[in-house]
Amino acid sequence: MYRLLSKTLGFTGYVIQYACITHCTFEYLGEFVVCTGPSMEPTLYTNNVLVTERITARMNKVQRGDIVIAHCPTDPKSQVCKRVVGLPGDRIVVKPINSDPAAVVWGADSDKSFANRSLDEEVQSALHEKNAPVMQSAKGEVIVPRGHVWIEGDNAANSADSRYYGPVPLGLINSRAICRIWPINDLKLLI
Amino acid sequence: MTIRFFIRSLMIGVPVGVTFLDCVGYVARVEGVSMQPALNPDENISDYVFLSRWAIRDLNVKRGDIISLVSPKDPDTKIIKRVVALQGDVVSTIGYKKPFVRVPEGHCWVEGDHTGNSLDSNYFGPVSLGLMNARATYIVWPPARWQKLNSTLPRQRWPIALGKATTSSQSQ
Repeated sequence: MYRLLSKTLGFTGYVIQYACITHCTFEYLGEFVVCTGPSMEPTLYTNNVLVTERITARMNKVQRGDIVIAHCPTDPKSQVCKRVVGLPGDRIVVKPINSDPAAVVWGADSDKSFANRSLDEEVQSALHEKNAPVMQSAKGEVIVPRGHVWIEGDNAANSADSRYYGPVPLGLINSRAICRIWPINDLKLLI
Repeated sequence: MTIRFFIRSLMIGVPVGVTFLDCVGYVARVEGVSMQPALNPDENISDYVFLSRWAIRDLNVKRGDIISLVSPKDPDTKIIKRVVALQGDVVSTIGYKKPFVRVPEGHCWVEGDHTGNSLDSNYFGPVSLGLMNARATYIVWPPARWQKLNSTLPRQRWPIALGKATTSSQSQ
């Protein structure tokens, strides 16, 4: 009886140890990510498996052109895979989102002046405001603020990215893609 | 032999410890005056708070919770603020570029208790919930200040309209 108990305890101990080692590896070194959606075509397709590393993201050293995995700003439980286009201080020309002409391009509502509206109108407009655009900016051009990056999908016609939700804080970036390992005959280095 | 034993325990102990800190929580020192009077009421004596990672495992926050988050302006620093509004709420801001803001989906509005002495959403706007790091649940040091941190929000800082998605979960 006693031996059985000690055996169970030892086994549980091993399980916990290996779970912790796995957690640390995935949390601090890198992980595997399965892509879904068309936004990164033709670089990546749905169900491609990527190997990513978290060290550059932890040190906030991402570069232009890196493919990064980030928390979606508008839905923090899901993740997006996009390419870094602009770093803090860069000036970005915002391309329109082609596939959906009705979509609000980030920064498009900038011209409305807030100065000469009454308090009541202000409350009303805030109440009826659509959820998506976060802040306003100059027409067609954006300067990426400090601590943020501008990310876009390679498939500009079909990608919800910074053009939709604005610059993304560096803190949301999880990891950087290194290579694609699946499908196996399309093995490709991504850096 | 002793060296090998030491390295072996280190190889096992460090991942277990790091995982514990990542999943359960850790203790951190609060700097600055932005959360006065709830934290650091005497600015010469820093409070130490327990930051619970477990409490935010599925990103559930309530209005009034004190959370620590990665600063959107500077990803290397973490800030500690109180949640004022959740997604869909309309807040009346203090010195932001728009007097009223509807908090976008997946975001929250955070403010320091020390109004006017805090770099918070009134400066950088709504923050994404993905930046949230942990929720402060207890003050653990100094011993005289040992207490649970309640989620309270001053009446005048309540959002002027509550979002549809969150009101039902609030009333439960």
